[in-house]
Amino acid sequence: MFLQQLINGLTLGAVYALVALGYTMVYGILELINFAHGEIYMIGAYLGIIYLGLFTVSGLTESHLFLSLILVFLLSALTCAGYGITLERIAYRPLRHAHRLSPLISAIGMSIFLQNYVMLTQGSADKVFPHILPTGPITEAGIPISGIQLFILLASVLLMGGLQFFVRKTRLGKAMRATAQDKTMASLCGIPIDRVIAVTFAIGSILAAVAGVMVAMYYGVIHFTIGYVAGIKAFTAAVLGGIGNIPGAMVGGLLLGLVESLGAAYISSEFKDGFAFLILILVLIFRPSGLLGEKVPERA
Amino acid sequence: MSLSILKNSVLIGLWLGLLALPFMGWQDAGKLAATLALGGVLWQGVTAGARSKPIHAGKPLFRTRVREIGYSLVQANRTALFVGGAALFLILPLFLNNYYIDILSLAGLYALLAAGLNITVGYAGLLDLGYAGFYGVGAYVYALLSTGIGLSFWLGLPLGGAIAAAFGVILGVITLRLRGDYLAIVTLGFVQIVYLVFNNWDSVTNGPNGILNIGRPALPGLTFRQPIHFYYLVLLLLFLVVTAIHRLTRSQIGRAWIAIREDELAASAMGINTTRMKVLAFALGAGIAGVAGVFFAAKYSFVSPESFTFLESVRVLSMVVLGGMGSLPGAVLGAFLLTVLPELLRGLAGYRMLIFGAALVVMMIFRPQGLLGKRH
Repeated sequence: MFLQQLINGLTLGAVYALVALGYTMVYGILELINFAHGEIYMIGAYLGIIYLGLFTVSGLTESHLFLSLILVFLLSALTCAGYGITLERIAYRPLRHAHRLSPLISAIGMSIFLQNYVMLTQGSADKVFPHILPTGPITEAGIPISGIQLFILLASVLLMGGLQFFVRKTRLGKAMRATAQDKTMASLCGIPIDRVIAVTFAIGSILAAVAGVMVAMYYGVIHFTIGYVAGIKAFTAAVLGGIGNIPGAMVGGLLLGLVESLGAAYISSEFKDGFAFLILILVLIFRPSGLLGEKVPERA
Repeated sequence: MSLSILKNSVLIGLWLGLLALPFMGWQDAGKLAATLALGGVLWQGVTAGARSKPIHAGKPLFRTRVREIGYSLVQANRTALFVGGAALFLILPLFLNNYYIDILSLAGLYALLAAGLNITVGYAGLLDLGYAGFYGVGAYVYALLSTGIGLSFWLGLPLGGAIAAAFGVILGVITLRLRGDYLAIVTLGFVQIVYLVFNNWDSVTNGPNGILNIGRPALPGLTFRQPIHFYYLVLLLLFLVVTAIHRLTRSQIGRAWIAIREDELAASAMGINTTRMKVLAFALGAGIAGVAGVFFAAKYSFVSPESFTFLESVRVLSMVVLGGMGSLPGAVLGAFLLTVLPELLRGLAGYRMLIFGAALVVMMIFRPQGLLGKRH
């Protein structure tokens, strides 16, 4: 039972972590809470269903299950990257030097817009994702983990490792870190700030899209409002780990998933959604810089 | 018109059409792309045309002149405008049926809320996304005490406000030391927790079913039932609140808030106790929300958790933003417009929220100071 909850929590946490990375990267560079990020995740989940439906109709899923799954993930990620870049271009870039509240309100507007856009085009009913990976437990090793859970955990570890490599070792990653430290200085060094920001949004959206498709596969049902709560929780995870800090978001996500799953099992399932906010408030009181974050002086 | 305008518009249309393709299918996405491209050409053509017009030096543009005249008129006749407006709203219900009176009462309720939030967001510059939580606290306090011990509305009004304000103080003391955006998120968590408590604490709040048969306001010989009763009640409340806020913002406290909003460091260097002032602004806004909540509970005689969600916070916030942050008449105007317009646009049904979201973005880009706000 406990082990089961632990694995459930880790699975959930891996998803939060993937979405949290998007928040943390954007915050690291723009000091902006990309409120619409949760909607990108939701759009990713819908795209997964739409593309999978397309491949199922064309018969590809039946003949080459693995290939069609990869294509679903790739296409959803690509499309979401497009959404992320467009979101930044329309709603945030014109406001980069505006009053601090403006981009946040613009983000809320974008979030409402995207939710209703999906509702209008896809209908307000629940969408069902067909079960294509085994959901029953793999009992061979004695660990109660299902095929889909294993898949989510592995894919998340892979993606996070890849992201860490990208940020630490590649030229573009270096440019991202430089931009996060000091935009003006970075641009004086010849780093194309706008492009770096666009790439940041694209990467965040790709991670959110993968998380969205995986969640759709995991739960089997999605709705156009899932982005809001998931977004808030992922943001909590980002703050928990120290916003702007990439490993922090990973740790924060996993921790939050564990707390939620164990809390729902042993304390109260009705207030499951409340734990995230309680943790958020506690963290902000006692350790506002997060678990792995450095102390940042307040911006005047 | 140059070729690049055409090229850009077509590219934008194609790009957005491509993004919408999985969601809308070939036909609709194609239509969308074509519409956007055409719209882009028209828009850029118009703005480019306006820009290329020569400006006659020494002779103010017509638009500027109109604005100046309008501004001076408003300045000179502020009192007259206020008295005229008040008189208009006093006699207006005589010409309207109950449906419209109800909408106007609702507009008054939202004006109350917007005026309160304007203190927190507009004057003190604290983004409070949990405003609906305080509104809900006020409503539930009165609902519970009225159905439980038969508390009178006139006592419930200050009590609901005070308890909501107390919540504001607690939340404010905890969070106002933090950076600005964190405050937004914590208040968002607050409204979510309040909603969860209303929804799940069945033994007290009756869960999602809400609380029925809440006591109506009563005076000797008159129980408030008709829409027109509540119309005049909310008008009175609004008058009191607006007057109080108006006077407060011209006091030392109001100036302190504005100083904090403009530059917190400088404000504290000038000897303003910034934390205390911020908590005050936060709690005052919360208290007004609580009062509005009590009115809401009494008017509908029913409360349920669905009325106090994050979306409600956003709705009030967008009223403040539309009117112009930091402008009291703006907040009232914003509340009025955003209550009455959606009623008139009922035919658009599903598209309302889509337009609403897009309007927030467009507003922030093109007129962040709102309708009546000053650019700062």
